[in-house]
Amino acid sequence: MSGRVLVGVKRVIDYAVKIRVKPDHTGVVTDGVKHSMNPFCEIAVEEAVKLKEKKLIKEVVAVSCGPQQSQETIRTALAMGADRGIHVEVSGKDYDSLGPLQVSKILAALAKKEEAQLIILGKQAIDDDCNQTGQMTAALLDWPQGTFASEVSLEAEKIKVVREIDGGLETIKINTPAVLTADLRLNTPRYATLPNIMKAKKKKIANVKPADLGVDLTSRLEVLRVDEPPQREAGVKVETVEDLVAKLKDTGKI
Amino acid sequence: MALHGGALRLNLLFNSRSLYKLTSLAGVRPLSEHASAKPATFKPSDTTADHLIYTQEHFALKESLRKLIDQEINPYVDKWEAERTFPAHKIFKILGNAGFLGVSKPVEFGGLGLDFSYSVAVAEELGNIRCGGIPMAIGVQSDMATPALARFGSDQLKKEFLLPSILGDKVACLGVSEVGAGSDVSSIMTKAVRKGDEYVINGGKMWTTNGTQADWMCLLANTSDGPPHKNKSLICLPMNLPGVHIARKIDKMGMWSSDTAEVFFDDVHVPCKNVIGQEGLGFTYQMLQFQEERLWAVANVLTTMDSIIQETIGYTRQRKIFKQPVLYHQTVHFRLAELQTEVELLRSLLYRATAMYIKGNDVTKLASMAKLKAGRLARELSDSCLQFWGGMGYTSDVLVSRFYRDSRLISIGAGADEVMLGIICKYMDTLPKK
Repeated sequence: MSGRVLVGVKRVIDYAVKIRVKPDHTGVVTDGVKHSMNPFCEIAVEEAVKLKEKKLIKEVVAVSCGPQQSQETIRTALAMGADRGIHVEVSGKDYDSLGPLQVSKILAALAKKEEAQLIILGKQAIDDDCNQTGQMTAALLDWPQGTFASEVSLEAEKIKVVREIDGGLETIKINTPAVLTADLRLNTPRYATLPNIMKAKKKKIANVKPADLGVDLTSRLEVLRVDEPPQREAGVKVETVEDLVAKLKDTGKI
Repeated sequence: MALHGGALRLNLLFNSRSLYKLTSLAGVRPLSEHASAKPATFKPSDTTADHLIYTQEHFALKESLRKLIDQEINPYVDKWEAERTFPAHKIFKILGNAGFLGVSKPVEFGGLGLDFSYSVAVAEELGNIRCGGIPMAIGVQSDMATPALARFGSDQLKKEFLLPSILGDKVACLGVSEVGAGSDVSSIMTKAVRKGDEYVINGGKMWTTNGTQADWMCLLANTSDGPPHKNKSLICLPMNLPGVHIARKIDKMGMWSSDTAEVFFDDVHVPCKNVIGQEGLGFTYQMLQFQEERLWAVANVLTTMDSIIQETIGYTRQRKIFKQPVLYHQTVHFRLAELQTEVELLRSLLYRATAMYIKGNDVTKLASMAKLKAGRLARELSDSCLQFWGGMGYTSDVLVSRFYRDSRLISIGAGADEVMLGIICKYMDTLPKK
């Protein structure tokens, strides 16, 4: 199968940062906080670049939806081997309420415009943990989906996907074009080498507005309040199993 | 399915995320204070648009190098510190493959031909390694044993020694200091006597970082009788030649993971073509590369100092004495504020000197000032922070005690404080006239 792969990359707060809730409880503090590419998106980029190196696909296009800084995330994808980038500009209030529904509409529109044969996304983002964008995108395009992929192989016009599910591993074969979402063990993302970082400077990033794609960004969700998790309280020790059962009954747990 | 190294980083992700759910907003540190645990706090990054000397590419470089450090180096630091050595060939190959060993070196020989600000970015990022020994070893490979060769060596010499060093295939070391000559470089005794088209080398070198593993040495030796600043040459010396003896691995107070050797030369024959540039100019070449070496050392220790301050804040926030966190006592948070202020001042000096250097200016005075300050600030900082860690700080399990031992070297090596002061006085024209 030859053709174009779209890879979605999301700019999120770096996984090592200690998250703090804003004093007004409308969200978390993002100003001046280190951001990087969502780790599952890195795995998605790596898989796409690997397919290109095996000459199974022709072009890898990295897409990100967000404000100006999202371009840094696209540059990281370019430094890993993506050929070009598309930055879908979303900022301000639209960005605050941007979620899987809006992003999947954007990706679906881009996939049609770019005549993509494959969309690879991370299985979920580490900030909202939605695990919805891949599935919604496939539904909007009426394409098959291979989610939680831990192994992907292209065979003629089909894709074999090994999925990590609760019961173990599930192997499916789906038609192309398709949407895949990457799970943790799909691959180990490469370091962007310094020569590739410098080469990425010359690669193109196109600017697109959601309106140009005919996408309505209105959110169906409203965030009412954000709180930090409750403080962990001290545990209680009991002497016997009978005490344990009694305590559990007392506190209404059983 | 086995988890390989790459998944380790993502595992840390899940650990820190799930641990976060159990902690309060007040910031109780969920992770142990074990020296090799990943710090849970992160200083906010400067925005790329406003940085004095860094562009987006610099930040991309730092991010990539950081991943490499987190995956290939930091998980093993404790082990290598205990073993008093690290696998130089393996680590340099990984760095070489990613392009980090030849940042400012010529493109024809595997380098990237970028300006010195990129070397500074690499040095800064290497400060995230949880010891001083390995960044020092890398610095020797990338910015101390090779600059003169890159600038003045013949093409044949560069192909034999520079190219493999940049690729990470050959480990380099620098042979300048001797048992009888450290600060006083001009009084070294190692002699290279010309015999036909060979030099015969006798003598020895001391404090040779990477010495037990190196494939070649950038050696400074006396190649003629004459004035001490004009009779020395830099020679590319393969370390496997007969007569080269690694006498011992030196047992040091700190920098444990870096192997430091004492080397002897017993009638070692080396071809004359192995001389870098012109015979007799070795001393001059060596002096020229000191500006870069010093700024490199400053960049490296600044990042580590930031980490030590952050870890000290983390520790003192959860450690209680007299019913409140250690951090709440004014002497503690005020002192940390003083130290952070000095770190930022030194950082500004570093960026100023770097900016001027890449424009072609001579920054010897500023570089010497920065190196002087770096050594002294590291001592003050490690001493104060160690005190705040109390008994825990005195154990071998924490980074602050390792930093205390490692950073003491900065005031001694790569130009002792007193040498820096002498240089500054020279520029201030305050030295006694002869």
